Amino acid sequence: MAEAPQDRATAAASAPLLTQEETLTADTFIRGLWQENPVFVMLLGMCPVLAVTNSTINALGMGLSTTFVLVFSGILISLLRHWIPKQVRIASYIVIIATFVTLVDYAIQAISLELYAALGAFIQLIVVNCIILGRAEAYASKQRVLTTIVNSLGTGIGFTLALLALGTVREILGNGTILGISLFGPDFQPWLIMILPPGGFFVLGAWLLYFNWLRLNRLRRVTTFTGAPADAR
Amino acid sequence: MHAEPLPLIFLNAAIVNNFVLALFLGICPFLGVSAKKETAWNMGLATLFVMLVSSAAAYGINWLLTLLELEFLRLICYIAVIASAVQLVEMFVKKTSPALFRSLGIFLPLITTNCAILGLALFQTTKEYDFVQSLVYAAGAGAGFTLALMLMAGLREKLALAKVPDVSQGAALSLMLAGLLSLVFMGFAGLGGGHG
Repeated sequence: MAEAPQDRATAAASAPLLTQEETLTADTFIRGLWQENPVFVMLLGMCPVLAVTNSTINALGMGLSTTFVLVFSGILISLLRHWIPKQVRIASYIVIIATFVTLVDYAIQAISLELYAALGAFIQLIVVNCIILGRAEAYASKQRVLTTIVNSLGTGIGFTLALLALGTVREILGNGTILGISLFGPDFQPWLIMILPPGGFFVLGAWLLYFNWLRLNRLRRVTTFTGAPADAR
Repeated sequence: MHAEPLPLIFLNAAIVNNFVLALFLGICPFLGVSAKKETAWNMGLATLFVMLVSSAAAYGINWLLTLLELEFLRLICYIAVIASAVQLVEMFVKKTSPALFRSLGIFLPLITTNCAILGLALFQTTKEYDFVQSLVYAAGAGAGFTLALMLMAGLREKLALAKVPDVSQGAALSLMLAGLLSLVFMGFAGLGGGHG
C-alpha cells in the first residue's frame, strides 16, 4: 500500500516485492473460501450476515448478489488501477460499487419481487459491506484482472457459504423447513426465536464457538505431537 | 405515515426497532468499539452527529432527485454525501480533540461504511417522512445506537474480569451477549405501535 502506483509495474517486473502481482494459483481462489473466510475468520460484513439469514433462500440470494458486485467492481477497479489517483481512491471505489449495487437492486426487483421484499434495504446496503471495499482496497487495486476475478469469486463464494451455514440452521430450527420443504412433519413446534433477531446472534456465536473449538483442538494436537508449547489464541 | 407523532418516531427508532439489536445495522462498530465505555460513548455521539447531517442532506437530495426524475441515482448520491459528512466530522474531531481522534482510530473513517447511516437515509425515504420527522428519526436512531453501544460496553467491561472458557474468547462471546441484549429489546415490540 505504501509504494507509489506508478512504480508498481516496473517493480513487479524487476524485484520480488511484497505487493507484487500475484501469479494465479489454486490458493488465490481457496484463500477466500477458508483461511480468509470473510465472515468466520475476518468478521467482516456482519450486518447482512445476521439480518437476511432467516431462511436459506434469502441467504442464497444475498450471497449471490454480493458475489456479483464483488466480482464486477473488482474487474472495473483492477482495470482502472493505474488511472485512479491515490487521494480519491476510496470515493472512486464507492461510486463504482454503488453503480453495480444499483444494477443488482433493479435486477432482483425485476426477477423476483418476493425476494426483493424479503431482502428489503439490505440489497442497497451491499454498498457499505466492508468485504467489498476491503477487497477493492487490499486486492483489486493492486492485482491483474484475472487474479482479481478468481480471488473475488473465492471471497464471494466463501461469503455465500457462510450465509448458507447460518440460513439453513436458522430455517431448520426456527421454521422446521429447508428451502420451504417441511422436515419434521406437522407436529414440529418451531423454535421461533431462531428466525427472530436474537437467533441471528446466537447461531453466528455458536458457529464461531465451533470454529474456536476446532482451532484449539488442532493446536493441542500440535503441542502434544511436537512437545512445544503453542499459543492458545 | 404522515400523521405519525414525533415522540413515537423517536421511541420507535431508539428502542422498539433499535437499529443495532433489532434491525442489525452497524454491527461492525457495535462489536469493534464496545470494549470501553468512554470510547463507546464518543463513537455513539460521532455517529449521532453524522446521522443528523446525512439525514438532512438525504432529505434534500431525495427532493431534488424526485424533481428531476433521477431516482436511480439516489444510492450513489446518498453514499457520496455520507462520505463527505464523515470527512467533516473527522476534521472537526481532529482539530478539537486529538486524544479522542486517536482513541476512535480507524473506526472514525469507517463510519462511512456503517450501514446504520445509509440504512437511515434509505428508510426515511421509504417511509416518506417530512423534514422534521426525518431529523427526529435520525436523532432516535443515533440515540438507540449509542444506547446499544453503551449497554454492550458496560457488559464487556464487567466481563473482562470474569473467567470464561478458552473456547468462547473474543467475538463468539460478544455475539452471545448481543443475542441476549437483542432478546431483551424484543420485549419492547409493539410499544411503538406498528413496525417497520
